[in-house]
Amino acid sequence: MSVLVFAESSGGKFNKTAFEATSFGRTVANALETDLTVLSVYMDDVSPLYTYGADKVLRVNNEALNTSDANVYANIIKQAAEQEGADTVIISLNANGYYLAPLVAVSLDAAYASNAVSLESTSPFVIKRKVFSNKAFANVALNTTNKVIGLAKNAFGVHENPVAGTAVDFEPTFIASKIKRTAVDKTTGKVTIADADIVVSGGRGLKSGENWGMLEELAEILGAATACSKPVADLGWRPHAEHVGQTGKQVASNLYIAIGISGAIQHLAGVNSSKVKVVINTDPEAPFFKAADYGVVGDAFEVVPALVEKLKAFKAQNG
Amino acid sequence: MKILVCISHVPDTTSKINFTENDTQFDKNGVQYVINPMDEYCLTRAMWFKEKQGASVTVVNVGTQETEATLRKALAIGADDAIRVDASATDSFFVAKQLAEVVKNGNYDLVLAGKESIDYNGAMVPGFMAGLLDYSFINACVGLEIAENTATAIREIDGGSETLETNLPLIIGGQKGIVQEADLRIPNMRGIMMARKKPLQVVPAVAAASEVETVKFEKPATKGAVKLVDADNLDELISLLHNEAKVI
Ligand SMILES: Cc1cc2nc3c(=O)[nH]c(=O)nc-3n(C[C@H](O)[C@H](O)[C@H](O)COP(=O)(O)OP(=O)(O)OC[C@H]3O[C@@H](n4cnc5c(N)ncnc54)[C@H](O)[C@@H]3O)c2cc1C
Ligand SMILES: Nc1ncnc2c1ncn2[C@@H]1O[C@H](COP(=O)(O)O)[C@@H](O)[C@H]1O
Repeated sequence: MSVLVFAESSGGKFNKTAFEATSFGRTVANALETDLTVLSVYMDDVSPLYTYGADKVLRVNNEALNTSDANVYANIIKQAAEQEGADTVIISLNANGYYLAPLVAVSLDAAYASNAVSLESTSPFVIKRKVFSNKAFANVALNTTNKVIGLAKNAFGVHENPVAGTAVDFEPTFIASKIKRTAVDKTTGKVTIADADIVVSGGRGLKSGENWGMLEELAEILGAATACSKPVADLGWRPHAEHVGQTGKQVASNLYIAIGISGAIQHLAGVNSSKVKVVINTDPEAPFFKAADYGVVGDAFEVVPALVEKLKAFKAQNG
Repeated sequence: MKILVCISHVPDTTSKINFTENDTQFDKNGVQYVINPMDEYCLTRAMWFKEKQGASVTVVNVGTQETEATLRKALAIGADDAIRVDASATDSFFVAKQLAEVVKNGNYDLVLAGKESIDYNGAMVPGFMAGLLDYSFINACVGLEIAENTATAIREIDGGSETLETNLPLIIGGQKGIVQEADLRIPNMRGIMMARKKPLQVVPAVAAASEVETVKFEKPATKGAVKLVDADNLDELISLLHNEAKVI
């Protein structure tokens, strides 16, 4: 019995989700009084994982990993779990995690809890997960020997817990990929909604796509990603990839700044998981104020440029 | 080409979410049910394959009799026939087992499911089916073309998208983008009339264990009132975000 975490990396660096999954894995391993093993792909230096509590790291690097077929990854995770005698597997739910985790569950005959936010008890084994588009939680008991937990992004956070870890090379066999990748289209040099700690979002209150300059400026100072409400994308003011809500992207950032967005239930469904919400709106009755932590009743065309200036001064002082 | 579209029957997006029986059951009182939005996008794409490439389109739901209205709506949009696996859809693995059985028996070339349903937000069923059937699987699909036996799909990845090629049979976890919102169809009178006469077959469930049991639902803690900051005093907002919320 042990706990296995899958740690993703990109461009030679661990993703933040790798540290979050490892932090959560440490907590689960402690609760089960067992060891934590982390499977790491592509990375030579895996020592950062020790900081978050990885007792042992399995290191694998192989050309076969360069595939978009989640089955290839599911299969090596299964081999790692079997080799290590791990009965609990933890996968962070970014795009690849969502793709991969159900396949791992089937291959290990494991029950799977997705969108998990915490471990509630070990016997019975109960996970708290998000349901109804972030409008509620469900505590679910996993009744199988093997278990897969899909951790919701930013739900647990990153927690240091340094241990003296060891790394060993892992040499699984690889199944053939059934899927061929013919092109990749990535927005480079811009913080994406999925990775951002801060998201600056605009609604129909901004009147036109041409008025987004001030939002982008605000986002740049904060190192934030930009987002928008659905009508804004439908009107073509912003690309659809930025649309947040029930039918768009899910935001789980530390800070969400909503500018000229009324706060319709379908929009809130996409931002409920953000820790702190700031609303800027001319209408004091806008429903978003009920869901917000901080609010400014005012005209975005005055408030946002003023905020940009104040933040510049603040950043100059606080670095 | 034989297409199966998996339809999940979910509360309308504006529904108030409440629980009964000591917070162990979802309160269906006053709730309107709809086709899961991501499934509606998939169904619309299936209709395109039917009209442009002569595909047949079957819709399927695992559910009790009350879900038949949702299946009829899918037929009114244009599916040829419907299957209801008669069981209460309590556990995603159980549901996927039933659907995999339908796929095997019907020899479907393409299975379209939503990436995620908006009720229990499992994001599990398409992946489970793929695992159970060992078919090619592409999740978070935002574009799909089929030529002969080859599928070209666009998958959403963190920060962008990628174009993939694979062979049928194929399972897709689809979402908005696989068609545009403007292409979604509202059933017209003729469609609704025709749907009444289309076959809706009810099949018994196969035995499958339930792996996950919901012990209790909870609503998020009600949060404190919003702190309002004067528009002339944005330094205070910055100070609150820095010192109190510690997010900047
Ligand atoms: C099935 C379904 C799914 C949906 N999914 C989504 C979804 O995923 N995401 C989503 O966002 N929506 C979704 N919607 C739409 C949603 O119901 C709302 O229509 C939408 O969120 C409203 O967008 P908005 O707040 O930008 O615009 P509005 O509702 O028009 O609000 C504009 C706001 O700006 C304020 N304002 C105006 N001028 C200024 C100014 N100068 N300065 C500051 N504030 C100003 C106004 O007071 C108002 O509150 C969905 C709807 C349906 C039916
Ligand atoms: N009871 C069901 N009957 C048919 N299809 C379903 C059912 N539940 C889920 N699905 C399909 O699986 C997708 C993902 O659902 P889920 O894994 O529950 O989030 C849905 O969008 C549907 O296409």
